Amino acid sequence: MKNKTSFLPREGEAQPSRCPDNSAFKQQRLPAWKPQLTIASVLSSFFLTGAFCLTVGVCLVLSANSVREIQVDYSDKCSDCSKLRENSSNWNKECHCSVNFTLKEDILGDVFMYYGLQNFYQNHRRYVRSRSDAQLLGRKVNIQRSNCAPFSTYGNGTPMAPCGAIANSMFNDTIDLFYSHNSSVIQVPLLKTGNSWWTDKNVKFRNPKSYNLSSAFAGTARPPYWQKPVYLLDEEDERNNGYVNDDFIVWMRVSAFATFRNLYRRLRRVRRFAEGLPAGNYTFRISYNFPVTRFKGRKHVILSTVVWSGGSNPFLGIAYLVTGTAATLTGFVITGIHLKLRKKKTYFQRQ
Amino acid sequence: CAGEENWVDSRTIYVGHREPPPGAEAYIPQRFPDNRIVSSKYTFWNFIPKNLFEQFRRIANFYFLIIFLVQLIIDTPTSPVTSGLPLLFVITVTAIKQGYEDWLRHKADNAINHCPVHFIQHGKLVRKQSRKLRVGDIVMVKEDEKFPCDLIFLSSSRGDGTCFVTTTGLDGESSHKTYYAVQDTKAFHNEEEIDALHATIECEQPQPDLYKFVGRINVYHDRNEPIARPLGSENLLLRGATLKNTEKIFGVAIYTGMETKMALNYQSKSQKRSAVEKSMNVFLVVYLCILVSKALINTVLKYAWQSEPFRDEPWYNQKTEPEKKRNLFLQAFTDFLAFMVLFNYIIPVSMYVTVEMQKFLGSYFIAWDEEMFDEDTGEGPLVNTSDLNEELGQIEYVFTDKTGTLTENNMEFIECCIEGHVYVPHVICNGQILHDCTGIDMIDSSPGSSGKEREELFFRALCLCHTVQVKEDDNVDGLKKNQVPRRSCIYISSSPDEVALVEGIQRLGYTYLRLKDNYMEILNRENNIEKFELLEVFSFDSVRRRMSVIVKSSTGDIFLFCKGADSSIFPRVKEGKIDQVRARVERNAVEGLRTLCVAYKKLTDEEYSGVQKLLQSAKLALQDRDKKLAEVYEKIERDFILLGATAVEDRLQEKAADTIEALQKAGIKVWVLTGDKMETAAATCYACKLFRRNTQILELTTKKIEEQSLHDVLFDLNKTVIRQNGSLTRDTFSGLSTDTQDYGLIIDGAALSLIMKPRHDGSSGNYREIFLNICRNCSAVLCCRMAPLQKAQIVKLIKLSKEHPITLAIGDGANDVSMILEAHVGIGIIGKEGRQAARNSDYAIPKFKHLKKMLLVHGHFYYIRISELVQYFFYKNVCFIFPQFLYQFFCGFSQQTLYDTAYLTLYNISFTSLPILLYSLMEQHVSPDTLKREPSLYRDVAKNALLRWRAFIYWTFLGVFDALVFFFGAYLLLDNTVVTSNGQV
Repeated sequence: MKNKTSFLPREGEAQPSRCPDNSAFKQQRLPAWKPQLTIASVLSSFFLTGAFCLTVGVCLVLSANSVREIQVDYSDKCSDCSKLRENSSNWNKECHCSVNFTLKEDILGDVFMYYGLQNFYQNHRRYVRSRSDAQLLGRKVNIQRSNCAPFSTYGNGTPMAPCGAIANSMFNDTIDLFYSHNSSVIQVPLLKTGNSWWTDKNVKFRNPKSYNLSSAFAGTARPPYWQKPVYLLDEEDERNNGYVNDDFIVWMRVSAFATFRNLYRRLRRVRRFAEGLPAGNYTFRISYNFPVTRFKGRKHVILSTVVWSGGSNPFLGIAYLVTGTAATLTGFVITGIHLKLRKKKTYFQRQ
Repeated sequence: CAGEENWVDSRTIYVGHREPPPGAEAYIPQRFPDNRIVSSKYTFWNFIPKNLFEQFRRIANFYFLIIFLVQLIIDTPTSPVTSGLPLLFVITVTAIKQGYEDWLRHKADNAINHCPVHFIQHGKLVRKQSRKLRVGDIVMVKEDEKFPCDLIFLSSSRGDGTCFVTTTGLDGESSHKTYYAVQDTKAFHNEEEIDALHATIECEQPQPDLYKFVGRINVYHDRNEPIARPLGSENLLLRGATLKNTEKIFGVAIYTGMETKMALNYQSKSQKRSAVEKSMNVFLVVYLCILVSKALINTVLKYAWQSEPFRDEPWYNQKTEPEKKRNLFLQAFTDFLAFMVLFNYIIPVSMYVTVEMQKFLGSYFIAWDEEMFDEDTGEGPLVNTSDLNEELGQIEYVFTDKTGTLTENNMEFIECCIEGHVYVPHVICNGQILHDCTGIDMIDSSPGSSGKEREELFFRALCLCHTVQVKEDDNVDGLKKNQVPRRSCIYISSSPDEVALVEGIQRLGYTYLRLKDNYMEILNRENNIEKFELLEVFSFDSVRRRMSVIVKSSTGDIFLFCKGADSSIFPRVKEGKIDQVRARVERNAVEGLRTLCVAYKKLTDEEYSGVQKLLQSAKLALQDRDKKLAEVYEKIERDFILLGATAVEDRLQEKAADTIEALQKAGIKVWVLTGDKMETAAATCYACKLFRRNTQILELTTKKIEEQSLHDVLFDLNKTVIRQNGSLTRDTFSGLSTDTQDYGLIIDGAALSLIMKPRHDGSSGNYREIFLNICRNCSAVLCCRMAPLQKAQIVKLIKLSKEHPITLAIGDGANDVSMILEAHVGIGIIGKEGRQAARNSDYAIPKFKHLKKMLLVHGHFYYIRISELVQYFFYKNVCFIFPQFLYQFFCGFSQQTLYDTAYLTLYNISFTSLPILLYSLMEQHVSPDTLKREPSLYRDVAKNALLRWRAFIYWTFLGVFDALVFFFGAYLLLDNTVVTSNGQV
């Protein structure tokens, strides 16, 4: 694509005046800001940037530190359970596990319960692709053509609903939280809906249309690792059942890294727990179904509050602090150099 | 002309399609193309396949096509859309641009091909479309019409068989040129007569040279032997030229359509590539290597990582049956390809498109520059190619012509010297002719009676020996002109020297009036009109460096007047006051004046008829006509009697010295290449500060070589500069190199050809090396007495020397075209010697002084802009793709993409290519005034400074650093936590 336009000269054409316009654009004289680097402007910009970053950093660190978080690794807490789950033939044997912990202070405000997995490669490409978004939207699709294999159909041709490795490996531990107060044990009320993103819940996931849910999933079968079919995920709440089940939706949003946490439950702030979690002894009662030892993983349960800047990660605050400190230090160095050079200059001038 | 029937490269044309009489020699009929002009590259049908083929011949496009195909065939992490869409975008943009250009060409072609043409069929005038014209048709052209094809001029409505033509549309020269009808046909004035013509034309096959033509016309009269007449370029009317001041002419078509000289000339020239483009390609290769190594590393790591089965196939992420069964090596190869696809975005697909858009749009800023617009001529800069904008910022050598480039080419007659007596027209008013300034200052004592005779002969010689035309106003008829003796008339000539001479002589009392019916009329001092019959003109050429006329005075004496360069006249003189004239000529030359010597000889009638015979035979030759003519001229132009010499001043162009000084400060070596003689050229060089007073001049001239051998001279000079060089390095250490010796070299054409001549013992390379070494250490070089081809040779020699410097050639005349084409960047001055140089150049500017802004401002800006553009393109893609590479370490080398398909697609074609395009059009890191004021800033960007390896590695590492910040910043920020205030992950 060369720009040489080798036209023949057009015959019979008068040449117009070629004098170019005297416009700022054509003469390349558009207004421009050309900062003059004086010692005042340079130093003030360094110090201002430094001060700003330090302030923001301090705020961020303080707010991140105000987050209360309790993380319990329960993968080996019930060693018999983890052993049991290493053999997949024991899939229908129940195994329960209790983990106790004590809160010395109240946790005030909204409290979120997460489950966390380590070394679980949800971001492996084969895994990420192994889903059928069309199926999850409730459409009738031939999932043989999707990327769900090897979790698409059974040997007899019955399609899995939902298909794919992601759905098949859904986290299926149930975790309940109990509060021991004066030898009475109260189950902490937890919300299992409203944990997923609005777009996921309302746009990306939809149940197939039919008069009831079980008929909608007629002709399909549960994924092989599931204990119950998809239309029985939440028998109490119609709007939290099937593909639009919050636990399912949260799981289906795959994580970018092999260590991740997913929102599991939220504290329902009623009665005794209106202010948050009061101090005292608590117990996680876990039905241990999800095997992690086979891929050398860990699993956690986490209780955490959030602040305006999110969870308890001080990284952003530290990054601001480091940047602010660096800018301020540079400002001091420049000031030092400037003062030294100014002295030298006067020395030269005197000579 | 016997034995010349079977020239391979000639054609025979039957005028009016009439077969020659049976007795004539039989010709093999040839097929000629019709008169359709096709400048377009594509037709409607072949546009898509041909354009696609041409586009995929570019390496980058082909690479992306391959990637796209790989994506289609194998299972890859990204969808084929992500590379297909950008590729489609790039291809479409290019195709639209080329299609539009081609459409314009089609439109122009159609306009030309459909315009009506009058031609003669069976004695009647017929109108037809131009494209239906055939070779051999007789065409009628009216005033102000353009010639539809190349015609042999048969007759005109003017009685003398001449017509006037401007070639504005062809080479841009607006002067009226006279063409001559064939002698035997010029009497045919109407359609019937011309239709009765029975003739054949033999001529060479079409050649692109506009000013050369050889042919022969055989006119058959009844049963007589055919009369053969020579045809030259003065008989050939070229397509694209316009008929002026002539009511109508008849001509026979000899070259049609794509074979016309115009069409041959407009075909594309060889493309020049800039240094930036070359380094761009090298960087691409580097990135390709990075890409391959990234893919290799990841493939190897993938298999290392997967060697543990709990990672390869955990329970939650099982493989399908066919995946398990696949051959390991095939699988590894597919993985490698998949990684290639994943990382292929590191090669910037849209870089070429953006770079070309930047160059194309950027070139408008050069053409729009008001400061480079010349009010006097109404010309602004022309950009013939936008590919070399940034090369203007890389120039290391400037080769400039002298006349018309450094100087105005606005000649002014200063003095003449007749046999040692100096005559000066005593009022010189800026080239204006004042009617009352005809007096002569006698510097020396009045000459004797024989001197008087010589003096009159000298003036007549100057009045007659030229090819100047007088521009006549149409509304003034001939009678009136004779009654107004001292009218101011406008002389037109291709050579400004001649105009200056004729005007100067007018001030000395002899006025050239006109050429009418082969009689030259001059008005002498007594206001009498003298008539001389013009018998022959031996026109000027740069090899002979002289011209002659043979005239017959009213008394019947035949004179041969010759004027030319001193070097070509003095050896041919047998009497006259050579020493005095030579002294004067040398004195004038030192003052920077252009000198010409005038000589004459008287011919007897017998001698003249001998001359005529020689000329006729040479002119009739179809092959080597020029060589034969030159031989004849050589034979005739000798034994002269020297009359005197003239001196003409060529003023320096405005700010020429300032420009040269600025260029030298900018670290550019300026060489002056001129055909002028050494003294004149050296004086000009001093005047324009190329040489300074403290410059030590080294001479490498024929004179010096005659004294010593070439070998010794070269070695002596080399020793001088090397000694200088040694001290220079020491001085630069101490930082006080201001008073080191400056060297200037003067070399002449003969010495140069000795150096360049390959020698049998194979030591020529050695001479060249020494010569180059001397040149390298000289701040300025003047090459005088150069033939046009030698100019190109010099440029080539420097261009191919071991540093491979970037060269620029600037000139204004046809003799500079070869060096303009040879240099990396060719700049034409839109000057007085026609537009040939401007047409063949890459950029054309109205004045030499504009070179300063062109290089120091535009060149600097465009170099900065394009190099930042290129570096940024690589940088942004590293920023984009390196996180992708890092992510593989976190996702088990599974080729999972980090970005969404839409982002992958649009990142290159719009998100990151449009902002930088705007930047690369507008960026001014320093104000233009500063750049002009401080030429040394140009050194900052010399030698491709911003695209050297160090800069490239810096940008790449910057990209890697930023990619690390992006990736790990996000990783740590989102690590095992939430960032939303509703707790959702």
